Amino acid sequence: MAAKPLLELRGIDKSFGPVRVLHDVSLSVYPGEVTALVGDNGAGKSTLVKCISGIYPIDAGTVTFEGREVAVHSPRDAAELGIEVVYQDLALCDNLDIVQNMFLGREIRRGIALDEPAMERLAGETLASLSVRSVNSLRQLVSSLSGGERQTVAIAKAVLWNSRIVILDEPTAALGVAQTTHVLELVRRLADNGLSVVLISHNMNDVFAVADRIAALYLGRTAAQVRASDVTHAQVVELITIGRSGNLGLPPEAPNDFADLLPGAPR
Amino acid sequence: MTSMTTFETPGGVTAAKPTVAGHVRDYLARIRGGDLGALPAVLGLVLLTLIFGSAEPETFFSAGNFANLFNQAAGVTMIAMGLVFVLLLGEIDLSAGYAAGVCGAVLAILLTDFGYPQPVALVAALAAGAAIGLVLGFLVAKIGIPSFVVTLAAFLAFQGVLLNLLGESQIVSIPDGFIKSLNKDSLPVTWSWILAGVATAGYAVAQLLRFRARTRYGLVTEPIGIVLFRIAGLAALVLTATAVLTQERAINPDVTSLKGVPIAVPVIGGFLVLWTFVLGRTSYGRHVYAVGGNPEASRRAGIPVDRIRISVFVVCSFMTAAGGIMLVSRAGSVDPGTGGSSTLLNAVGAAVIGGISLFGGKGKVIHAVIGGAVIAVIDNGMYLMDFSSGTRYIFTGVILLVAAGVDALARRRAAATGNR
Repeated sequence: MAAKPLLELRGIDKSFGPVRVLHDVSLSVYPGEVTALVGDNGAGKSTLVKCISGIYPIDAGTVTFEGREVAVHSPRDAAELGIEVVYQDLALCDNLDIVQNMFLGREIRRGIALDEPAMERLAGETLASLSVRSVNSLRQLVSSLSGGERQTVAIAKAVLWNSRIVILDEPTAALGVAQTTHVLELVRRLADNGLSVVLISHNMNDVFAVADRIAALYLGRTAAQVRASDVTHAQVVELITIGRSGNLGLPPEAPNDFADLLPGAPR
Repeated sequence: MTSMTTFETPGGVTAAKPTVAGHVRDYLARIRGGDLGALPAVLGLVLLTLIFGSAEPETFFSAGNFANLFNQAAGVTMIAMGLVFVLLLGEIDLSAGYAAGVCGAVLAILLTDFGYPQPVALVAALAAGAAIGLVLGFLVAKIGIPSFVVTLAAFLAFQGVLLNLLGESQIVSIPDGFIKSLNKDSLPVTWSWILAGVATAGYAVAQLLRFRARTRYGLVTEPIGIVLFRIAGLAALVLTATAVLTQERAINPDVTSLKGVPIAVPVIGGFLVLWTFVLGRTSYGRHVYAVGGNPEASRRAGIPVDRIRISVFVVCSFMTAAGGIMLVSRAGSVDPGTGGSSTLLNAVGAAVIGGISLFGGKGKVIHAVIGGAVIAVIDNGMYLMDFSSGTRYIFTGVILLVAAGVDALARRRAAATGNR
């Protein structure tokens, strides 16, 4: 595809004290595509997302958005660029209703009072644009929703703000089969509407069901970023578990390649 | 279900079309689902009123006693209103009682020793309250000491501050003036009726404007019948109460006439409207609920969680100061017991009995007012029935337990039905 990436990360380094969590990581995110970010536990997926969304500062490397270099220092900066993150289970307040959750922190006001009708209308329109027609009432408490419905509300919340990039952190991890299918359909629809979607997932079936590209992280390094149609299931699993698969991935490492991960170890 | 027609909202999300019958059914379903709100407190209030009324019909149901109830309840109710904010975040303020005493002492000393004009002393006492809240909130939110410990320490310290402020005389009387009338005198009859009219009309206009705004946006509205029913209900309540309160209630009317709505009523009512608006209709209020429900989600939504946490303590201590002023106004003086003994526990009890969750995130300001009324009715009715103060404490404790028990059972029910 000739399209230019919307967001491009190059040479990202991030350490927590002596522990190097990200090492020369790169990632390209294209408009209208779902990019799956895969990797084993501790590979650095969450850290990378937090760097993109401005929760953690990066130590080195460049972030390019629409061809110009940007600095993201806080979640607010990320939101201004149109980057929204949907977290696994920390996104919603159970004691608030759907509309209240969708506008949390960015309420529409009229003078000093909240403009409830305007918010409710916009929330309804956004849900409808995602072809969600299953909620009983927009004024339902989030606590009464099922896992899939909650995930849908969280995604709708991210879409509401004319976002360009939506990052989904394991959106299907806690869902049943039918709900997973529903959420994956929603993810595909977001990309078809022209958004860039980054999907973090452990589940290969989910990844191959919706992803256009797959970026694999291995021990804090980018093992490979490939088109989903160019690789097989097994190759991706190899990229995740040993960092390479055939001629894809990281070069075979010397035995002491882990030295930089172990504080105090001889180099 | 088949009788229910559906309704297309602007986005195209299909919802059930509201009917009066459907609305009633929804309400009953919510109750069964464990979302009780203030219902137990209202039922309790009615039940207690009937019990005390049938036991002591002459005194309990007299206009004088009715007016008296408002003055009795004022101090604790104001403190309870402030506590709502702190409880919404799942925090607690144990220092509220003596903080009320300290602010009352500030008021009295400025009025007497310094001879300040009444409005200046009033503002200073309220500012003292807000400053106390700022310190408490800072210690909780920024230093990270649990609010239970911070306010327990403040409870002990303020007891001492009160003793030291009052000095050797140990009792400071406040001079006559509008502060002394706040929780003692009544409005003239004409003004009482004007107030009742304004309150009723204001409520009606607010309800109808809301209805119209939602209709104009094509949103699901409550059936107009329910809206009108609510307006009529409030009007009946306000006008009946005003009719009773404007009766002559002096023992010897020829010497001094005593009638009209107690000034405490518009004071409580004003704060009730103010804080209900703040919590329900502003983004600040929305953020308070959000932080109480899920601090992490709130932080990620860009809400300044620490600042919200500090602010609720400021509101609480401000209302505590207002409550302290009402206590001082009623007693006409400050002594080392002002705001002490059961003041704090009655205020916390009022909030809990009214239906505010101690776990945070749930509750309205009106709940504190209803709970405050329950506490005042118990105190007043049992006093009239000649129970000893020991028995009154025991009974209040039992009522509090019953309220907390109802809440716990409702919560279990709610967890089972997915209503949280």
